Amino acid sequence: MKITEKEVRYVADLANLALTEDEIRRYCADLDDVLVYAEKLNEVDTSQVEPMAQVLLESSDPTATLRVDAAQPAFSSEIALASAPRSGAGQFKVPKVVER
Amino acid sequence: MDDVKTLTIDRIHEGLRSRRFSAVDVARQTLEVAQRENDQYGSFLLFCPERALDAAARVDAQIAAGEPLGALAGVPVAVKDVIVTRGVRTTCGSRILESYVPPYDATAVIRLEQAGGMIVGKTNCDEFAMGSSTENSAFYPVRNPAAPDRVPGGSSGGSAAAVAAGQAVVSLGSDTGGSIRQPASFCGVVGILPTYGRVSRYGLVAFASSLDHIGPFGRTVKDAATLLHVIAGRDPADSTSADVPVPDYTAGLDGKAAGFRIGVPREYFGAGLDPQVGDRIQRGIEVFRRLGCEVREVSLPHTDYAIASYYIICTAEASSNLARYDGVRYSRRTEREDTLLDMYRYSRGEGFGAEVKRRIILGTYVLSAGYYDAYYLKAQKVRTLIAGDFTDAFQSVDAIVGPVSPFPAFKLGEKMADPLEMYLSDIYTITASLAGICGISVPCGRTSEGLPVGMQILAKYFDEHRMLRLAHSFEQAGGFEVG
Repeated sequence: MKITEKEVRYVADLANLALTEDEIRRYCADLDDVLVYAEKLNEVDTSQVEPMAQVLLESSDPTATLRVDAAQPAFSSEIALASAPRSGAGQFKVPKVVER
Repeated sequence: MDDVKTLTIDRIHEGLRSRRFSAVDVARQTLEVAQRENDQYGSFLLFCPERALDAAARVDAQIAAGEPLGALAGVPVAVKDVIVTRGVRTTCGSRILESYVPPYDATAVIRLEQAGGMIVGKTNCDEFAMGSSTENSAFYPVRNPAAPDRVPGGSSGGSAAAVAAGQAVVSLGSDTGGSIRQPASFCGVVGILPTYGRVSRYGLVAFASSLDHIGPFGRTVKDAATLLHVIAGRDPADSTSADVPVPDYTAGLDGKAAGFRIGVPREYFGAGLDPQVGDRIQRGIEVFRRLGCEVREVSLPHTDYAIASYYIICTAEASSNLARYDGVRYSRRTEREDTLLDMYRYSRGEGFGAEVKRRIILGTYVLSAGYYDAYYLKAQKVRTLIAGDFTDAFQSVDAIVGPVSPFPAFKLGEKMADPLEMYLSDIYTITASLAGICGISVPCGRTSEGLPVGMQILAKYFDEHRMLRLAHSFEQAGGFEVG
């Protein structure tokens, strides 16, 4: 076993994801399959290899991907709140926050 | 007017120019057919007739005023529901976004409408584009128009099926690990994975940002190339969009294919490849020989490690990208909101489907303390080697040709019980996704049961114009119907 139900609970907690007991059992088995399969990466010697985080594209201008640092028009609060499940007084509404 | 199910962009433009029909006629007929047949295929999650008819009226007014036709004037387009449309609900196939109405348009959507395209509706897909069969849609599955008991592939199954069934002439999909090419192959249509950065991702709801692409589907290479040309190019709203000139993809299609060097990767023809699929691809390769291409074997030695690398990287990025669905700003909120933390946990637990939760857990795990180096960093290093395989191969060939999927469309429900088996079906498409190069899936005959087979043509970064010329030559030489 690469992963235990306890670890699944811990990771679900990190991801703020409520899971049922049934889901925990199922995902634990599914993820174990995937992690065992992923073991095959250890067959590859990567000691001299740089990680690839992004497809890097050459540009003659090193700042080509940076936008001008200038104020832009933004959504009005009415538009920004339009898809919010709860809002009021021009704000998003959330449960009272005491302490995490 | 003409049968809307078999229209091409050229035929639409010929009809509009000769005043045989109007853009409003095309929009009305297409909407009528598409809506009537949606119970059969489930390709669309939503239709937007007003938006399509507004676009059509603008095109007709331009024609009346004697203005030149835009590249997509009067063309019915379907848009995958992971691409945002202002004022038109965009769900990503997820309950968590079931009532999200975006306040802005994706850049690709703006561009296609500026070119006269008429968006008829939003297409069904795997939830947040996670899947290879469209069965992970939270709403309903899509049926393959070529074989209704089978899946259309995924995750852009609705966009592929809509074009195959004639519910739209072209469509937009998204490809993270094969989600355009694989459904194109299953449904018997053309699907393009553009080079990473070729098409702006602005307004594409993020799944795995270093792998996500928007790309087109069409029934012909030319139609798909036309849509690609419209949406390609630098966009200041997406910092990863490339500042590389966009050649006129349709103008170069009729050039010669003779002399192109085509590589056939030996790793794509090993165990696990359905013999009929392998046979059709070999016949397809014969078509290239007849066209005067030089065919040689190449090796992509790290292919076997692509799936493991991909499913670590994409889930890691997904776990981070999907953190934004918190029940506060635009996603569904649980009733269990006694505390802020419970509100987050239950909104997400209730709102996401099984595959999305599975990937969030895996992604969070591979990024967590103690596992980051062993999984995520390792996968990124292997990604470098996989990209290097292509760089090496492209030293000696202009394009790489092989199957898109190891097997044709499978039956609904057949692979849902085993997530790993579903992941393994992505073996031939994932390599190009990791490298960031461009690719196209074109029809290449059918199996004895009549199921479409797809051939993949891969090319170097920003070499879409030569890749499309090869694909078009293949189509003109009867390659779509080999066998």
